Amino acid sequence: MRKTITAIALAMAVATPAMADLVVPNLSYRTGPYAPGGIPYADGFNDYFTLLNERDGGIGGEKVVNPECETAYNTEKGVECYEATKGSGALVYNPLSTGITYQLIPKVSADGIPLYTPGYGRTSAANGKIFEWVFNYPANYWDGASVAIKYLLDQNGGDLSGKRIALVYHNSAYGKEPIRTLQELSKKHGYELIEIPVDHPGQEQKSQWLQIRRDKPDYVLMWGWGVMNAVAIQEAANIRYPMENFIGIWWSGSENDVLPVGDGANGYKSLAMHGTGMDYPVYGDLKTYVYDTGKASGAGDQVGSVLYSRGMYAALVISEAIRKAQELAGHSAITAAELRNGFEALEITEARMAELGLPNFGQPFAASCADHGGPGHALIQQWDAAAKKWNLITGFIAPDDEVLTPLVMEDSAAFAAENAIAERCN
Amino acid sequence: MPDQLLYATEAALNGLMAGVLYSLVALGFVLIFKASGIFNYAQGVLALFAALTLVGFQNGQVPFAHLINAVFGTDLHHFGWQLPALVAIVLTAGVMVALAIVIERYVLKHLVNQPPIILFMATIGMAYFLEGFGDIMWGADIKKLDVGLPQGLNETIDAVTFEAFGYGFFIDNLDIVASVVAALLVISLTLFSQYSKQGRALRAVADDHQAALSVGISLRFIWVLVWSIAGFVALVAGIMWGSKSGVQFSLSLIALKALPVLMLGGFTSIPGAIVGGLIIGMGEKLFEFFIGPMIGGATENWFAYVLALLFLVFRPQGLFGEKIIERV
Repeated sequence: MRKTITAIALAMAVATPAMADLVVPNLSYRTGPYAPGGIPYADGFNDYFTLLNERDGGIGGEKVVNPECETAYNTEKGVECYEATKGSGALVYNPLSTGITYQLIPKVSADGIPLYTPGYGRTSAANGKIFEWVFNYPANYWDGASVAIKYLLDQNGGDLSGKRIALVYHNSAYGKEPIRTLQELSKKHGYELIEIPVDHPGQEQKSQWLQIRRDKPDYVLMWGWGVMNAVAIQEAANIRYPMENFIGIWWSGSENDVLPVGDGANGYKSLAMHGTGMDYPVYGDLKTYVYDTGKASGAGDQVGSVLYSRGMYAALVISEAIRKAQELAGHSAITAAELRNGFEALEITEARMAELGLPNFGQPFAASCADHGGPGHALIQQWDAAAKKWNLITGFIAPDDEVLTPLVMEDSAAFAAENAIAERCN
Repeated sequence: MPDQLLYATEAALNGLMAGVLYSLVALGFVLIFKASGIFNYAQGVLALFAALTLVGFQNGQVPFAHLINAVFGTDLHHFGWQLPALVAIVLTAGVMVALAIVIERYVLKHLVNQPPIILFMATIGMAYFLEGFGDIMWGADIKKLDVGLPQGLNETIDAVTFEAFGYGFFIDNLDIVASVVAALLVISLTLFSQYSKQGRALRAVADDHQAALSVGISLRFIWVLVWSIAGFVALVAGIMWGSKSGVQFSLSLIALKALPVLMLGGFTSIPGAIVGGLIIGMGEKLFEFFIGPMIGGATENWFAYVLALLFLVFRPQGLFGEKIIERV
């Protein structure tokens, strides 16, 4: 009996991170319908922390551990993963799911653990005065919607009046996020918004694309995820919709979305909030310390892809926030509350990005007590089917804060009223 | 013809075509249910597994490469050859037969005489096992499936309808191919069950297991046969659906589209699967066209079930299902 207990205790000691480790759980999805998106993101996330551990001995001398928990992009499982891992000394969560994010916001607020949701989640969490524990910089959905409209304004000499813009969206909390913004922007710019929902998983979209063929909108925007993206692009190609007028959010702009369509996807555009590909110095170190030593996450076949780059970028921002938190706290073994201070005081400059081996990869930003959302700039990229490559066709475009800021304030004020949250940072 | 009528006709035609694709999935369910009384929850996953295997063979992908590389430190991914589509299809059909043998030997054989709910639970287990097995064997990334099927707007129909009505109808070439393939499949299955020795044995088993056994029909052989045929039907469904969206793991969810078809058409009728598919396909597209815009759209997933339930109110056994009469 004693032997059994000793064995169990030993096994638990091996399975749980040492107390001094910086625990950054990876709520990933490597199975189920959304796995093709979840796998590269999780691999990029893990590989960046592996690089820091192998090359630098961790962050501030503390190793980072990333216990993975499989959510299958299922909200209930995501919450279970949170509950199962939060006791391990978890410093921050990044669940890569808007549905899971919505469920975790009250939980992390009660438990005092930061929630980092770059480019997804609840948009109005950008208001740090209300959402103390949530951060979504460098850009959010409403920024994305606004950048897409600004790009179209630019394409139309600054005038969208009389134009018809269709929004094809995943019929979920995620897909519905940009509707309010696009409605407000339509009042300002005079375009007509046509809303076209697609139910999960989006395998069959004939009705939606027949409607687009009949209505002939000037532009189609897409808020899709998983198989919905590839099917939509295929259907657009089938009805011969001009691909250059079809723009997806950054979650509808990975290789997974265009490669299955082949040549038909040529010219399709999407937003991007960071660079992609392997032309960055950081890949030299990743090769030396991670790939060549057999420590790459997963099969190691996702390196350099759009979603791998995004997972790596999320890990980079978290690691910089940890560094900042260590500096503020004056010690390396920080707590979740101290990391929150680090997130709030974080500034990432272009010089710092270059130093980290990712020059011109992401937009510089500085967070504050009130600003958890960053500048919200985004790029436009276009798919070249022959070269099987995304090409950036614009620089960073700023969103229309004149419209967005009141929306963020209104939505976050409603959340504060519902949850009796007092405004901070005053 | 008024514009609305033209658009509704186009939606109805596309619905019929979509219905054929639903029927292809429903057929697999019907075959197994008819011969063994098992509702095969794994039918959608069988289609996914077949499509993954087909693409794997076609592209010369090394099965279990991820696992082999992790264990032995190798860097294997591809054999370096591409197989012609037809050869890959034949090989995949062979794998589906082998899978049927394994399922019979290691699952079904041990569950003879168990209540149907036990067999149903076993197929749920098989679904999860096969999904994970397919993932380990071929990887979870999205794969392009190209067996040379035409896809996109049918120019002839577009031109003819434009000439006649001033509006060109959109009909996808892939849907036309799927309809032809489904028709051939149904004819072949009907001929097989009516005129071949094995087909007649299959029908005997479907009618009465005990009586079939008493005249020397091997139940085990029939089960292997029917699971093999269902595997082949799953392969055809996997090819059609995989050509539309790439081969990826949400392909297994196409089973959800087959359930209302089965409820409507009946679980034991091959023509029922076809007619049910056509009614569901056309019904959901027309509902989305006329009513969808008034209630926010995205009605197809739930409307198919509502339609099936409406039919069940008046005909509980489905349109073509066998009426069960039990005398006390």
